Amino acid sequence: MSDQKSSHEDYEPPYLFPDYRSTELRAPKHRPVRLPNDWFHVAEGPVFGRIPVRAEDADLTRQHAGEPLGERIVLSGRVIDSDGRAVRNTLVEIWQANAAGRYLDPVDDHAAPLDPNFTGAGRCLTDDEGSYRFVTVKPGAYPWRNHTNAWRPAHVHFSLFGPALASRLVTQMYFPGDPLIPLDPILNSIPDQRGRELVVSKFDLETTIPEWALGYRWDIVVRGRRATPRE
Amino acid sequence: MTPTPSQTVGPFFGFALPFEQDAHAVPASAKGAIRIEGQLLDGAGEPVPDGLLEVSRGDQFARCRTDVEGAFHFTVRKPVAESGGPFLHVTVFGRGLLRHLNTRLYFPDESNANDADPVLRLVDALRRPTLVARREGQVLRFDVRLQGEGETVFFE
Repeated sequence: MSDQKSSHEDYEPPYLFPDYRSTELRAPKHRPVRLPNDWFHVAEGPVFGRIPVRAEDADLTRQHAGEPLGERIVLSGRVIDSDGRAVRNTLVEIWQANAAGRYLDPVDDHAAPLDPNFTGAGRCLTDDEGSYRFVTVKPGAYPWRNHTNAWRPAHVHFSLFGPALASRLVTQMYFPGDPLIPLDPILNSIPDQRGRELVVSKFDLETTIPEWALGYRWDIVVRGRRATPRE
Repeated sequence: MTPTPSQTVGPFFGFALPFEQDAHAVPASAKGAIRIEGQLLDGAGEPVPDGLLEVSRGDQFARCRTDVEGAFHFTVRKPVAESGGPFLHVTVFGRGLLRHLNTRLYFPDESNANDADPVLRLVDALRRPTLVARREGQVLRFDVRLQGEGETVFFE
């Protein structure tokens, strides 16, 4: 495997990105020790089967007695690996703020209302084509204390496993046209405009359900077994 | 295909990612079950209260969110070694980590196997102890230091 070279470019953020202040004391100073590909990158990914996935976990608008407030959306896409293969039967976990920009998390002290009908956490497995699909509401933007008047653009957090240890991916998906995107140090830690575009979903009329919900599409590429390690 | 770039797990995952018995790759009552305890620390030596760690190897997988003291724990079985010392893959996520970190946990009662371990041998001998848990009474202690003195060895 070690003779295989990746043909793609890499747009991973650095560990240290001073505009995002929390990186300053958490970014390692030492370079990671590079392991040969077949010892690490092609190693089997974790067996995530103990994480419960119920059918209702994919519809975040039906987890409570009533319906959540906000703009209902269908969020779907495909998970493929960097060799172009569909990643079947892999776990996709999402979590997000409610439509007012508030997380159902005791750590979140933003003065925006909680929604008794919205938790904001979902799980599903990809199908044979690597496709996933969630129904949820569009999350709101919210302030954070990174710098004066800092606001996070609306985003949905994603966690994926994929086939190999090197496929593990935790990231965030953003919405097209959000005016906060150019101002966000977390998104802008991705070093190239082409890389930053990879984390922005596309509005999609095709998956929009008439008189019900707007469709957003976002395809996700996890590192395949042939991909070289991130730089 | 270009891999989708990583972004931080953020501080607000605690209502979403934990699951029942998440820290227990095997039941605590299982034969050979080992309890691992540790603390996630930043470059100032302060606890990281919004971290998430996962351990995996073979048929074992566990996940644990750090608490206000940065503390985490796992219940595992010692995996079977293919060559060198038995180990667990450890993945570290947290606010302020734009990409997750990969490290390994080796076992302290395997010093001969560890000495022959091909991955440990790639690591500067002075930094190697950061990868080996310590026996502390009934538990194994494994702290993860993200930065600075005693910085844990991470792999890519």
